[in-house]
Amino acid sequence: MLLGWGLALSGMIRPEKVVHFLDVTGRFDPTLACVLCAAVAVTAVGYRLIARLSRRPWCVREYDPLRNRPVDAKLVVGAVLFGMGWGLAGLCPGPALADLASGSIRIVLFVAAMVVGMMTAQRIRRPVLQLGSPSPKTRGIQSEESDQRGA
Amino acid sequence: MMQIVDFTPVRGLIGGSLIGLAAVFWWLTAGRIAGISGLLGQILETRGREGLWRWCFLAGLVMGAGGWMLTQGISWSVRFPVPWPLVAVSGVLVGVGAQMASGCTSGHGVCGLARGSRRSTLVVAVFLASGMLTVFVVRHGF
Repeated sequence: MLLGWGLALSGMIRPEKVVHFLDVTGRFDPTLACVLCAAVAVTAVGYRLIARLSRRPWCVREYDPLRNRPVDAKLVVGAVLFGMGWGLAGLCPGPALADLASGSIRIVLFVAAMVVGMMTAQRIRRPVLQLGSPSPKTRGIQSEESDQRGA
Repeated sequence: MMQIVDFTPVRGLIGGSLIGLAAVFWWLTAGRIAGISGLLGQILETRGREGLWRWCFLAGLVMGAGGWMLTQGISWSVRFPVPWPLVAVSGVLVGVGAQMASGCTSGHGVCGLARGSRRSTLVVAVFLASGMLTVFVVRHGF
């Protein structure tokens, strides 16, 4: 609830405000930078305090170990696609869900499309998108190769 | 030329701090990164009671936003800068992108940057650049 409140108060649930932030060459609204800085600062302090003071979380057995996996093409391609969608409609997953409370039909459309996108990405998984997009004909061979590499 | 519009720094800072507090609280209770796309993705993958607490988090998110807007007493109309077919397209892009990059603005942007993850920093830089480029093309390219 705190998160929803924060998002609403900061104005980040208004798509046009986000688009203004990304519009650095035109009508620019730097509010999002303030939001992000404040959020990161508070979170960073909080995480450090918890690391020092708390052994285990209140509701589950242990803290997520958070392995840092290597940077790969999938990560970068994903970030590019995400940015495109974000810039287009001015919505990322958090604010989109918060906006569901408005009951707007377009938000429902956006969230539905987002869920479809996520499920599609979960289906595809690794093999298809390793360094460049192979043509459909070679895709089978490519994925076999990458399976072996992964093993 | 660049022109600053609709800048609300104080609300931005307060709202951002609340988002930060929420992320910290989530870590303290659930021991997990507060990534919206991660939560949503896991809900889609798992069935049954496992996902219950994730549902609670998301429900709280919606109620928090809705509650605040109610107290403000202003009509809450979400205005998109683009027509609805593009809204759908960008929804798919955001979904696929967040899943592939295993995180979005909350997981990588807030939590990732806060714990100094190199991977998250890269992701944030890439999606900021790609978002800015998209807005540039859409708004000024035609």
